[in-house]
Amino acid sequence: MTYTVQIKVMPLKELLDPQGKAVMGGLQNLGLNGVEDVRVGKNITLQVAADSPENAKAIAEEASKKLLSNPVMEYFEVSVN
Amino acid sequence: MKFGVVVFPGSNCDRDMYDALKYDLGQNVSMLWHKDRDLSKFNTEDCIILPGGFSYGDYLRCGAIARFSPMMQSVIEFANAGGKVFGVCNGFQILCESHLLPGGLLRNANQQFVCKNVYITNDTEEVFKIPVAHGEGRYYADEKILDGLEANNQVIFYYCDEEGQITEKANPNGAMRNIAGICNASRNVFGMMPHPERACSAALGNTDGRAIITSLLMTAQLVS
Repeated sequence: MTYTVQIKVMPLKELLDPQGKAVMGGLQNLGLNGVEDVRVGKNITLQVAADSPENAKAIAEEASKKLLSNPVMEYFEVSVN
Repeated sequence: MKFGVVVFPGSNCDRDMYDALKYDLGQNVSMLWHKDRDLSKFNTEDCIILPGGFSYGDYLRCGAIARFSPMMQSVIEFANAGGKVFGVCNGFQILCESHLLPGGLLRNANQQFVCKNVYITNDTEEVFKIPVAHGEGRYYADEKILDGLEANNQVIFYYCDEEGQITEKANPNGAMRNIAGICNASRNVFGMMPHPERACSAALGNTDGRAIITSLLMTAQLVS
């Protein structure tokens, strides 16, 4: 069957995220002063044909390691719905 | 020595590189299409160049999709066999994504696309004025890799001021340790963010790029 897999790709926690900083400035301009930090990443949705959720997850993890994220600068999390 | 310039969808410095090599430096140069794989007319004395631009629209990450193009599979084999490979700007990003060079290029620390002349220097303390034009040029690698690069003289260029001082103010993008360009441990793969091909013609008002291309690629003087 076909599984919907969500992959979250985020900049590594120790790295400066200039995009997040710019968004943070925008939120402050909106007057939302309670927001203390912003980091911006990507959400990637795959439709994966596999015989089990575990196998769908394995395919998505391989995709994440080889192409969808770069471990030098990003980490990823995979969830199967 | 022959040169091949790879053309990806979205490359936009490929013609600049071709013109600089052919007309300003009088070299034998041809264009290579990203969907082809054939590098049989090149040997390890030759040089494959990955030009600047926005390959595959910079989708996902700069250089990430170009890394899996048919031609890049041949370029990776060529590099691993000892052939010279030189990446400028987006080409540098592709080399990092291909694991031919360590580390990666992140969004500029100041959040802006930077397009101006900068000064770069090397271990011979020469200073070159070369243009940069990039949004993702902040070189990043962990401390261990950075220490290794410097210990092995693999940092080929640092951003500096006009006098050659390597200062934080002279760093246009927040690159770790002011790194503008590196090479691999076996010194046949080179990558840099500044564009020497845009500084090879007297008609453009700057010929500092000629020395970089000639010495870096033909005699390896800068990195010996």
